[in-house]
Amino acid sequence: MPEPTPFHERTAALCKSYRWTEWAGYHAVSYYGACHSTEYMAFRHSAGLLDVTPLYKYDVRGKDAASFLSRIMARNVHKIKDNQVSYSCWTDDEGKILDDGTVMHLGENFYRVTAAAPTYDWLARHTRGSDVTIEDVSAKICALAIQGPQSKNIVKAASDAAIDKLKFFRATTGKIDGVPVTITRTGYTGDLGYEVWTENEHALKLYDAIMGEGKNYGLQPAGLSALDMTRIEAGFILADIEYFAAKDCMIEGRKNSPYEIGLGWTVHLNRDPFIGQEALRREKTEGSPVTLVGLEMDWVELERLCERYNLPPQLGSGASREGLPVYSGGEQIGKVTSSTFSPILKKYIALGSVSSEYAELGTELQLEYTLEYERHTITARVVKMPFFDPERKKL
Amino acid sequence: MSTVYDAIIIGGGHNGLITAAYLAKAGRKVLVLERRHVLGGAAVSEEIYPGFTYSVCSYVVSLLRPHIIRDLDLPKFGLDIIPLNASFSPLPDGDSLCRWDDAARTRREIARFSPRDAEVAPEFSRAMAQISRFVKPIIDGPAIDPASMGPEEALRLLKLGRRFRGLGKDNMVRFIKMMTMSASDFLDEWFESDVLKAPMSVSGIIGTFLGVRSPGTAYVLLHHYMGEIDGAFRSWGFSRGGTGMVSEACAGSARHYGAEIRTQAPVAKILMSGGRATGVVLENGDEIRGKIVASGVDPRRTFFGFVGEDNLDPEFAKQISHYKLRGSSGKVNFALDRLPEFKCRPGSEHLHGDIAIAPSVDYLERAYDQAKYGEFSRRPYINAVIPSLVDPTVAPPGKHVLSCFVQYAPYNIKEGASAWPEKREAFGDTVVDTLAEYIPNLKDIILHRQVITPWDMEQDFGLTEGNIFHGELSFEQLAFLRPAARWSHYKTPVRNLWLCGSGAHPGGGLMGGPGALAAEAILSSGECR
Repeated sequence: MPEPTPFHERTAALCKSYRWTEWAGYHAVSYYGACHSTEYMAFRHSAGLLDVTPLYKYDVRGKDAASFLSRIMARNVHKIKDNQVSYSCWTDDEGKILDDGTVMHLGENFYRVTAAAPTYDWLARHTRGSDVTIEDVSAKICALAIQGPQSKNIVKAASDAAIDKLKFFRATTGKIDGVPVTITRTGYTGDLGYEVWTENEHALKLYDAIMGEGKNYGLQPAGLSALDMTRIEAGFILADIEYFAAKDCMIEGRKNSPYEIGLGWTVHLNRDPFIGQEALRREKTEGSPVTLVGLEMDWVELERLCERYNLPPQLGSGASREGLPVYSGGEQIGKVTSSTFSPILKKYIALGSVSSEYAELGTELQLEYTLEYERHTITARVVKMPFFDPERKKL
Repeated sequence: MSTVYDAIIIGGGHNGLITAAYLAKAGRKVLVLERRHVLGGAAVSEEIYPGFTYSVCSYVVSLLRPHIIRDLDLPKFGLDIIPLNASFSPLPDGDSLCRWDDAARTRREIARFSPRDAEVAPEFSRAMAQISRFVKPIIDGPAIDPASMGPEEALRLLKLGRRFRGLGKDNMVRFIKMMTMSASDFLDEWFESDVLKAPMSVSGIIGTFLGVRSPGTAYVLLHHYMGEIDGAFRSWGFSRGGTGMVSEACAGSARHYGAEIRTQAPVAKILMSGGRATGVVLENGDEIRGKIVASGVDPRRTFFGFVGEDNLDPEFAKQISHYKLRGSSGKVNFALDRLPEFKCRPGSEHLHGDIAIAPSVDYLERAYDQAKYGEFSRRPYINAVIPSLVDPTVAPPGKHVLSCFVQYAPYNIKEGASAWPEKREAFGDTVVDTLAEYIPNLKDIILHRQVITPWDMEQDFGLTEGNIFHGELSFEQLAFLRPAARWSHYKTPVRNLWLCGSGAHPGGGLMGGPGALAAEAILSSGECR
């Protein structure tokens, strides 16, 4: 049974809908009010506040911390500057992905790794001969994500940290209502946003301070349903949906390499040895059989099809993680793993995985679409990701 | 020889800009001329008081046609709609009704007044959605003119007939009733609770000089039900940054396709030569030539102001002089030091949508009674919104914008329309006093107010007689009769002059339909090649 996060007292009081889900062993809110759409709008128009405590967190300390992490991560950790946060993934020896997360360089010989799945053993198992200590701080450190165009104003008003100077994917420290915090300009919504990390004992004080400042800026508590829509708009993959951790896979066919799921850009091949390097080098040369793509459904076709049933376009309620076959010339060439109507883009978008020869931008494919219990296909075009990429995110 | 444009658009309102964008997208050389320093016409955001952005006139978005949003890629140019998720009606006796975007919650609210109405309300919504779906192709295509009897029109009429039958018996009858009945009578057939009927019936009078009990208002009600956001009918939203951002997005798209847009470029006359429009003369005397001229300005001002009656066919001129504008509403915008507190329901959750001061059908009808005899209502219908609650960009932190649509404020007051400036503040006071009956702290928190009378709408925004729809949406001036019989297809009796504003089918509201359909008609005419 899931357990409450340190913010539970507050989130539970706000969660009028009683819509909860399980996230990494914790109770997590799906949506607080009548439906997720207000929270989605807050993420995109003002700001949303999300409890991200369930992320797994590991503190890696010691003289060899950078070298050690460089051996684990697909990314060269030596290149992560002080107070920089880097998005990375790590693979097994076959170059098959295990997890993705961030590596934060928080101090001299001090890194914090966040992960979607438990990773302590994988880290600990490779420490031999290195001067590092690994601490699982998952149950000690709590975190809040403040995401959306007003997030900067809120974090600035709430904290004493130099938020104006905090660049995209950088970290700083400061105090919020006396609570010592680490603030990173990171998030999972593809928008301007921050994550605030502190020790569990300060959770409620931190929550109150952020909500207090936030009320002047339209801050709303937001749940995972709204987050799911925003992360698809941002083109972000999700473990257990877009890919499965290699160590959990019963069959080879389920495993993926970083190149296959759009994370090729995080792989730094030409450097000191790291786990999976040889396999990844081989794949880089030989090419990957499948590729992650962004798809955009043809609206006119969708509307016409619904019109045949005398229905308005059926957009579903929020993000769907239903796997759907993708066809070309009548043959299945891939699958869609996540899809959503994007209210901000006014487009129906999806993340999918297709045979690499169909991955070129502009390629027209057929996506299964069920209407009134009848199966149809709708043309979907391969488009550039992220679907939604506001300038403010990096400004 | 100076440049000859393929098309000159008079008026940088949302319709003019949409016409411009479509024409430019089709490769035409387009010039838009806007009289004011800002674009948008009545869909405009302005910082009238430092730090506060008012949606000066039009204040919510719903009718903007989804295909236009996609054709012109408006989200890319800044269009961003936030749905309203509640509709709140405070009552003088200390009670209130709030209709939420949550079926169960709305049912409980209505049931406090009538358990039967609570169950009927979803049925009513479904019927309206079905009828709106029937109407959708009518408003998304050029008006079908039964009088023309050309083969193409006959075929479209036939198709419409077939669709009409598809509505089913009940909805067919409802639709015909909506064409003729009053909003109040139509709702009486469904509901018993006055508390529910009053705020519902107001959709039938908005922008119209009629009362909720006047025949014909049921259609205006339907017009307000046709709004659609992401496939959901009857949904209204705020435009992030105010309604001006809708116009700015249209302008962004138009510029992207190469249209030229000039502000502070008031047109004085349409240049005529041999019965043909050949360009425009600006107030500063500059002459600009165009193969066609499209006017986004209302028909009265276009034909009598820019063309001149002596250039018009007398029969057509007569029709235009009979075209009813009769503005009936005003607008009052407030900058507030903090959130208003409603006596009947504390908190703010119910204030995220629209707020209707429409406590009873009698109240609304009484408001009309005064207007009939040339006075503004002492206790008017007010539709208020606080966009700053969901869009923090329009007010400083902790402060708010309160935007009030106020009816009735007849253009033709008994002292004469030009007496409005002397009555402006009294009208503003009436609005404050009316609201203060529900919001006791209102007077203490007002930092600034902007009062816009129908006279101001005419003088400042060029809306003849202050009519927000460029002409009433009554049945006799809709579809193939808008703005005049035989001239509903954007073409006018003046050759090379086209209409592209709300005075053309499918009419007013932040819809864009006239602008898009006009562009289509202009392009297929071949006149601006």
